[in-house]
Amino acid sequence: MNSATAYPQPLSPLDPVSAMDKVRATLAKRYAKERRFRMLGRLAIYASLSFLVMLLSSIVANGYTAFQQTFIRLDVHFDRQLLDPKGLGRREALADGDYTGLLKKTLREMFPEVRGRRDQRALYALVSPGASYVLRERVLSDPGLVGKTQAVWLPVDDDVDMLIKGHTERGGPENERRLKDNQIGWIDGLFEKGAIGKQFNLGFFTSGDSREPESAGIKGAVMGSVFTLLVTLSLSFPIGVATAVYLEEFAPKNRWTDLIEVNINNLAAVPSIVFGLLGLAVFINFFGLPRSVPLVGGLVLTLMTLPIIIISGRAALKSVPPSIREAALAVGASKMQTIAHHVLPLAMPGMLTGSIIGMAHALGETAPLLMIGMVAFIVDVPTGALDPATVLPVQVYLWADSPERAFVERASAAIMVLLVFLVIMNAVAVILRKRFERRW
Amino acid sequence: MQQMALENDQLVAPGLVREQRGVSVAKKERTRETVGQPFVDNARMRCRNVNVHYGDKQAIRNLSLDIGEHEVISMIGPSGCGKSTFLRCLNRMNDTIDNCRVSGEIHLDGQDIYDKKADVVPLRARVGMVFQKPNPFPKSIFDNVAYGPRIHGLARHKGELEHIVMTSLTKAGLWDEVKDRLHQPGTGLSGGQQQRLCIARTIAVSPEVILMDEPCSALDPIATAKIEDLIDELRENFTIAIVTHSMQQAARVSQRTAYFHLGDLIEVGPTEQVFTNPRHKLTEDYITGRVG
Repeated sequence: MNSATAYPQPLSPLDPVSAMDKVRATLAKRYAKERRFRMLGRLAIYASLSFLVMLLSSIVANGYTAFQQTFIRLDVHFDRQLLDPKGLGRREALADGDYTGLLKKTLREMFPEVRGRRDQRALYALVSPGASYVLRERVLSDPGLVGKTQAVWLPVDDDVDMLIKGHTERGGPENERRLKDNQIGWIDGLFEKGAIGKQFNLGFFTSGDSREPESAGIKGAVMGSVFTLLVTLSLSFPIGVATAVYLEEFAPKNRWTDLIEVNINNLAAVPSIVFGLLGLAVFINFFGLPRSVPLVGGLVLTLMTLPIIIISGRAALKSVPPSIREAALAVGASKMQTIAHHVLPLAMPGMLTGSIIGMAHALGETAPLLMIGMVAFIVDVPTGALDPATVLPVQVYLWADSPERAFVERASAAIMVLLVFLVIMNAVAVILRKRFERRW
Repeated sequence: MQQMALENDQLVAPGLVREQRGVSVAKKERTRETVGQPFVDNARMRCRNVNVHYGDKQAIRNLSLDIGEHEVISMIGPSGCGKSTFLRCLNRMNDTIDNCRVSGEIHLDGQDIYDKKADVVPLRARVGMVFQKPNPFPKSIFDNVAYGPRIHGLARHKGELEHIVMTSLTKAGLWDEVKDRLHQPGTGLSGGQQQRLCIARTIAVSPEVILMDEPCSALDPIATAKIEDLIDELRENFTIAIVTHSMQQAARVSQRTAYFHLGDLIEVGPTEQVFTNPRHKLTEDYITGRVG
């Protein structure tokens, strides 16, 4: 009794008054913790966003000029003497005409004061080597032009293009510059007359690769990517879905299936170059398929995307509630009917999302395709999965590797096109997910 | 009648406990003898010495029970006593659980449903099931009910299918509420309507037995009352086995009641007798609220 009065009774932990005091004491700390966590989250998002903005802005800043191309206006007299010296007037004869000569003659007539072979060669260098093909196409599509004079806009050489776009320096010692003083003088003169100017670069989207930057386009690479992805999709989607369904719904759960699961997860993490080497060894060396073709590229990318599709497919199947399976089984549906009628349709959006993400992955893949020869310089636009081709990211790699300044901007422009495709694919994935998402 | 009783006696005789599917049914653990009347004369389903294991754990011990024709038998007992497990044995829904082993004999109209040659697809068409949580397919109301008849080919043409859907929905007491929106998703209905839709889906394949696993536990009292009325009406055409946590519900809807306790079937008898005059101490404790 004495001791009880001498010392204050320890407060019971369940005493409501003391409990509230304790709660209040910790409140500030708890809220501060939450604020700190939110701050960190925001900081992380700002950091990643700023990196993204930096990346995109540098690509756009480098590449947007590639969507325009400088053209020169020449008043070409389609001289019968040069184009059809025998006067046959047939298409075949016109196809053999001397269009390079016609171009040179036109330039000489425009600048009659330029004498001497050296200066004349400098003059010819203003126009793209591909310009004579443009003239040839013109004449072949309209043979009536022969003997007439017409103003034609022709692409200029990439050095002139860079000068007009402001990518090359005008100053500095002449012998260190690509364009000499007399050439710059002619260009400025033409520019003031309005005979030289920038137009939309349609050729960038309609032609294949070229040694001349002004003639190089991405159509070959885009078509190569399309055929490669078609092969990849048509193989990896059915195989991946079938594998996912079998493993998730039918396979017994034992050590073997565990082993298979571990290996599939491992495959998803194998460096892509290894798949390239595998493709080289198996598809090209063993099965003797041709090199550099989208078919082999698609097969290699199939190996790469399969694990992604299988893993996402299994996750999608797992997310279908068991109550739906039970409902179907309880009315007497067989296992296959349960899967085909109920489970698979419900899992399909998730599977499609996974497949599209896998496809986007495949679209951006470079390394394995280098191994199977899709890095070759190919001018022709492929028309099928068995034509030699390259793909967009490899085209970027090729152009970024080239010394000409004009290829640098084209590489950035190709990256932009690639990014547009990727954004479209990922947007479709998000829309599919949102649209078909079901809640129970 | 006499022969039936004899057969029953033989089946529960300890000497006749057999080994099946490599699972030892020998009485290693104590088994409580079932008191009351587990057997009836007009049995639709006949279960003898049923043992169920989940891995090493035994969920049901040596259970023998008859389910009579056109009766509602309710199964009560505290959670984890094996009543749902037993219900799922009756249409082999336990097959979907990997480590679940069932031994003993369960006969439907004299045929062993766990026989090696027995096919689960027709079995489940004959023994339908309604689950605890309403689980309509994410399809239209019509397609929900028509699914069973479609996969079993019960309707020869569209008119017949529509007739089956209509009668099923009518029997389930849902027709008037949904007849104008048969093509809207079944998941858009209220919980009670969804459960009646699930019942309509089950009776659309004309089963002989309907198993109900706590069909009202997710529903409000009004929806529960509707389902209970429905069960009473369905008794005319079907045999119903219902698992419930509500003793009032068992008392209201069933003719016979079986009390389960920790994997043992303790007592079976006419509902009125079990609730007013239980013979076993455990049943009495549960009913008077001392257990569970």
